[in-house]
Amino acid sequence: MRTINEINEKIKNGQVVVLTAEEVIELVEKKGIKKAAQEVDVVTTGTFGPMCSSGAYFNIGHSKPRIKIGGGTCTLNDVPCYTGFAAVDIYLGATAIPDDDPRNKIYPGEFKYGGAHVIQEIVAGSDVRLEAVAYGTDCYPRKKLETLINIKDLNEAVLFNIRNAYQNYNVAVNLSDKPIYTYLGMLKPNLGNANYCSAGQLSPLLKDPYYKTIGIGTKIFLGGGIGYVAWQGTQHNPSIPRKENGIPKVPGGTLAVIGDLKQMKPEWLVGTSMLGYGVTLVVGIGVPIPVLNEEVIQYAAAKDKDICAPVVDYSSNYPQIIPGSLGEVNYEQLKSGKIIIQGKEVPTGNLSSYSRARLIAEELKSWIKKGDFTLTEPVAKLPQAESGYGFKLLKERSIITKEV
Amino acid sequence: MVSRRIVLHFPHRLVNQPIIYKLVKEYDLQFNILKAFVTPQEEGLMVLELSGKKENFAKGMEYLESCGVRIQPLSQDVVRNEDKCTNCGVCVPICPTEALVVDPQTRKVLFHNKKCIACELCVKICPPRAMEVSF
Repeated sequence: MRTINEINEKIKNGQVVVLTAEEVIELVEKKGIKKAAQEVDVVTTGTFGPMCSSGAYFNIGHSKPRIKIGGGTCTLNDVPCYTGFAAVDIYLGATAIPDDDPRNKIYPGEFKYGGAHVIQEIVAGSDVRLEAVAYGTDCYPRKKLETLINIKDLNEAVLFNIRNAYQNYNVAVNLSDKPIYTYLGMLKPNLGNANYCSAGQLSPLLKDPYYKTIGIGTKIFLGGGIGYVAWQGTQHNPSIPRKENGIPKVPGGTLAVIGDLKQMKPEWLVGTSMLGYGVTLVVGIGVPIPVLNEEVIQYAAAKDKDICAPVVDYSSNYPQIIPGSLGEVNYEQLKSGKIIIQGKEVPTGNLSSYSRARLIAEELKSWIKKGDFTLTEPVAKLPQAESGYGFKLLKERSIITKEV
Repeated sequence: MVSRRIVLHFPHRLVNQPIIYKLVKEYDLQFNILKAFVTPQEEGLMVLELSGKKENFAKGMEYLESCGVRIQPLSQDVVRNEDKCTNCGVCVPICPTEALVVDPQTRKVLFHNKKCIACELCVKICPPRAMEVSF
């Protein structure tokens, strides 16, 4: 029907037709798949949820005299960074927290500040305090460094998230008689609430369930700037059960993404605290889907009603890895504010901001229409549904070697 | 009849006085305590719903003020920092009075101050910590 090159020509000529995933649902309902596929060149998607496997690396520039932070220790606003690289390259993970944070010793811990908050402050242009201790070498003699740093002075500041944009997710509930504090929020006892985390019909990988257009090298909206799909995300699991419409019934594919932090904005990278759980980064991601053929738009037009998620008990089943779900609900039901589980009406809460996901899809649409954002051809496919690629549990083995 | 949710701040010297008792006895007011605590050596704080005849209510308020109790309407107590809120909606099922609800069209979270009883359940569970308490 059309190629990515043809779409890019249209973008340059200002003739491209772009709709958000919500708008394309309406169009397909009104005019049908065939007509919609003829009319629309690109569908934009969006998601804005907590994504723990996020972080950023920085090259801070060499001090005078030189210091080799590699192999030493380094903190940014007291939050420890990973230093196992060369002299002045450091990586800050979203979930890192200061050594003196009480964690869950006072239960449930508040986790007020961590790596995600530092990343948001750095993106906002605030100075942050770097403290590093090194062992000193002949060529890197300095052993201590304390300085303010600012994103504008760093050589590189790159967001590199190894797992984002989960394709579907569990709906978490609590069957026990005590409140529990999870990465899906506080769960009240005895099915007091059901928390979910997906943009549903706006979510990138739910609109391209077989990864036909989204692949390695796909250019995306990332944190308010431009990023790329770097690889499949960790725990990418294409080999899961799917509905007849191809959409995974359980958490499926994931993306690893990368982009220049200097272009990003603090409203699209938000440091958050999950009570009793930890710190995490809410990341804004938008992926354009090129309408290459009718099949692509058919998948992109999946509605909340067509997307189902499993209801999982987080008091026992999830932590103990006991298989079993309490049923399936679709996103239309979840978004109505109430679902029925075991005959009980349970109020729902979303951890992923649908209104922000909508803004991302709209923003990406406006970039493409203005000619600021062209599409890329993926350089390689993500592991596909039939590939046999999946993820396994850890097989624990004894480290005590037997005497011969 | 009037019915209002109010926050009362008791200075240290009043903490051991039977003030609420007088509201009932002298002014025929009904009360429902939503929350109360006393900070040692500092002050007492009580959140309550108070109802009764209009003139009695006014006199009751006058009495409280004459004793040195500071009165605040409850709606001022929990405020949402609009810059921080991402409108995710994880607070919605936690709120016991449906003061936090999702607008079905915009999918934004609406905060109805008047329904808020300042239980503060939303404060710590809010991921970007957008719900702030100002007593």
